[in-house]
Amino acid sequence: MKFLKNMMQTELAPHDPGMSRRSFLKVTGGATAGLVVGFTLPVSGANAAQGDGTFNPFVRIAPDGTVTVLNKHLDMGQGNMTGLLSLVAEELDADWGQMKGEFAPSDPKKYANLSWGVQGTGGSSAIPNSFIQYREAGAAAKAMLIAAAAQSWKVKASEITVENGVIAHPSGKKAGFGDFAALASAETPPEKPQLKSPDQFNFIGKTGYGRVDTTSKSVGGTIYTQDIDRPGMLIAVVARPPKFGATVKSVDDKAAREMKGVKDVVRIPQGVAVLADNTWNAMQARSALEITWDETNAETRSTKDIAAHYRELSEKPGTVAVEGETDKAFEKAKTVVEATYEFPYLAHAPMEPMNAVAELKPGQSLEIWTGSQLQTLDHNIASKIAELPMEKVKIHTLYAGGSFGRRANPTSDFINEAVHIAKAIGGRQPVKLVWSREDDIKGGYYRPLYVHKVRAGLNDAGEIVAWHHRIVGQSIVKGTPFEGGLVKNGIDHTSVEGASHLPYDVGAHQLELHTTDVGVPVLWWRSVGSTHTAYAVETMMDRLAKSSGQDPVEFRLKHMTSSPREMGVLKLAAEKAGWGAKKLPDGVHRGVAVHKSFGTYVAQIADVHVRDDGTVKVERVTCAVDLGVAVNPDQIAAQMEGGIGYGLGAILRNRIDIENGEVQQSQFYDYEPLRMSDMPFVETHIVPSTEAPTGAGEPGTPPIGPAVANAILWGTGKTIDALPFSRHGLT
Amino acid sequence: MTIQVTINGEARTLDASPDMPLLWALRDELKMTGTKFGCGVGLCGACTVHLNGSAVRSCQTYVGDVEGAEITTIEAVDTREAVALRTAWAELDVPQCGYCQSGQIMQAADLLKATPKPTDADIDAAMDGNVCRCATYHRIRAGIHRAAEILEA
Repeated sequence: MKFLKNMMQTELAPHDPGMSRRSFLKVTGGATAGLVVGFTLPVSGANAAQGDGTFNPFVRIAPDGTVTVLNKHLDMGQGNMTGLLSLVAEELDADWGQMKGEFAPSDPKKYANLSWGVQGTGGSSAIPNSFIQYREAGAAAKAMLIAAAAQSWKVKASEITVENGVIAHPSGKKAGFGDFAALASAETPPEKPQLKSPDQFNFIGKTGYGRVDTTSKSVGGTIYTQDIDRPGMLIAVVARPPKFGATVKSVDDKAAREMKGVKDVVRIPQGVAVLADNTWNAMQARSALEITWDETNAETRSTKDIAAHYRELSEKPGTVAVEGETDKAFEKAKTVVEATYEFPYLAHAPMEPMNAVAELKPGQSLEIWTGSQLQTLDHNIASKIAELPMEKVKIHTLYAGGSFGRRANPTSDFINEAVHIAKAIGGRQPVKLVWSREDDIKGGYYRPLYVHKVRAGLNDAGEIVAWHHRIVGQSIVKGTPFEGGLVKNGIDHTSVEGASHLPYDVGAHQLELHTTDVGVPVLWWRSVGSTHTAYAVETMMDRLAKSSGQDPVEFRLKHMTSSPREMGVLKLAAEKAGWGAKKLPDGVHRGVAVHKSFGTYVAQIADVHVRDDGTVKVERVTCAVDLGVAVNPDQIAAQMEGGIGYGLGAILRNRIDIENGEVQQSQFYDYEPLRMSDMPFVETHIVPSTEAPTGAGEPGTPPIGPAVANAILWGTGKTIDALPFSRHGLT
Repeated sequence: MTIQVTINGEARTLDASPDMPLLWALRDELKMTGTKFGCGVGLCGACTVHLNGSAVRSCQTYVGDVEGAEITTIEAVDTREAVALRTAWAELDVPQCGYCQSGQIMQAADLLKATPKPTDADIDAAMDGNVCRCATYHRIRAGIHRAAEILEA
């Protein structure tokens, strides 16, 4: 994940030319994205030696012993606040009860995602890139506490022990962290903090300490962007064009301005904003606006036409991403199976619709409160709009009510709008921009629509000898600051990831891509390319197995000779599910899928009940995951459960359709989310490992769709090529 | 217009349009933000509160209709059921993003009051209107069963 480095040179350079990551980061990428080894803390002495309880950019200790960890990432539910706290608590030998989390300010010099070089959260990288850094931050603080205690007690540092937040000496002397916080934070940090060996771990790999945010989230106490209130704050809602790319031609706001509570109506590049004293009044007044749109540059096509065009393209050669002599190999094939798949546009639909609070003092300062997922980019864009240097702009990152990729937007769209509105009213009052659910579903930035054509051939022995795969769809990163880093030789990595490196020995392998130009804004959606590539690859595997009468687990294992970790998760899932051994109830069928994304390997076995009326209910999912060292096993299980649910809801019935440029869905009644009664029982098993940790947020999502489709294939013979399943009367 | 209501045991005056949903009166007028906005049309349950002891969607309940009512929100709900649910939620670490959890707990408390030992089918029926996009359903279900056990003990 080096894609953001390009952004440094393009977007960020003019605003912060002095930034140098290389000076303090020694990052090795290697084959596994996000693998970080052997860097040193970026601080020594910079923040320390103040004696104010600040030990480094990540750890602060108060006189009462509270350890505050500054989380450089966004926690949108995936639990990295708990994860990062546990890394610090581990090396600090703190008591869990004294740990507290806080989101770090926007500052890429201190808080860069080490996989990227700038601050941001994505690609399931929070734990992997922070694993050593946050442990070193904790270990350094502990060494400084010990040094201060040794001086104060006039004893040898080597005789001091730290356990559960207590500093002790065999003489009977004892102290809490708070007792030495001031003194210790003025110590010189150790050059290379000593990290624990795994046998000394109390937190890493353990359960029994809860999420740090469970209690506040159970009493309505967690503050999200939607909950921010500033003195004199106005609520803004925006009327956006009904077709992507249209602009305001004229607006009659007379009726809206006369409505109760309305304070102003302003034009911004994205549309027309209504500002009112509360959310209800703002929403009411917005519907009274009369706007004429200029659709000269609007996208006016329909998804059915776009899909038909993609199907035509899928029959024609594309840009080669992986080259193989498939023509020759197909000549040797005894059986050839082919399929053309269609994947719809998908909205992220997080529970908290997009929002941002902007408090602008023109020419002086700008403060933003939001669930910022790409702080460096958001910071830069906000600075440009506000015409302020970056140091005059402050971003307060808040817990986000979900994101699934939506808040990591290269245009910072919702922050962008909020700052434009604040600017349009001359900063006279703080502004909270609120999106409605309808705004969210209709608002674009979807998982792109894709068509895949896959052809694969088997020889007489039932072995795969040829695999030809063509993908058609929009590029997520084209035209964004991410393009330079992620598009290579005309191939957007995010369009083909999950299909370019197959875990199977397939003989000749060719992968081609057609990148299309459509005016519908698109974005990464939990697990990005793997949302569609895993479905195409893994359902094709079962079609091949079925066509040659082979068991799908055996068939995969026999083709996995150079993929030991995929093999490991597959075997574990099969063993735990009792694959082939367990008698299933009538009408229940099993399907399997294996997929690696973001360096994490996941296998899932779905038990699917096909009811008499043909509808399906996924009863149970057995999930096996290999993500190296499992830092927070219970949170990993939670992410597998959630990833499965998120993927399943989409596969069953989510689609965004566009007719003559207009999005047809608008709410949870026509973009129906997964509900309680749809949710399977999920059992997660983690492969023990000493490899460097990889992430958990996304990799649970890709296998569920193909696992369910495969169960339906084996149970009913039905193949599902066009998603969602609701197109086929299955839900 | 002004409306007299009891919110979390306190007499309050709401000075808002009768057609304003209670959700916005709570959030924007009274600054009680534990009750969440998710869809605004009664399809997600994030805004669930108790009105005279029963779970309702505050986005579909209007200020003009709550004169004299007793309203309880997530910030103050302390029924036996709510207390047991919070204990279970902490044991199982139910929330992820947490944005829907106010509504989940308010709805589940209502379920447990009427049905102290709910079956999976009871949970499906009572909780299907409460969306969780993080899909913590698996743990919400386990949490409700656990709370039922706690209540029985």
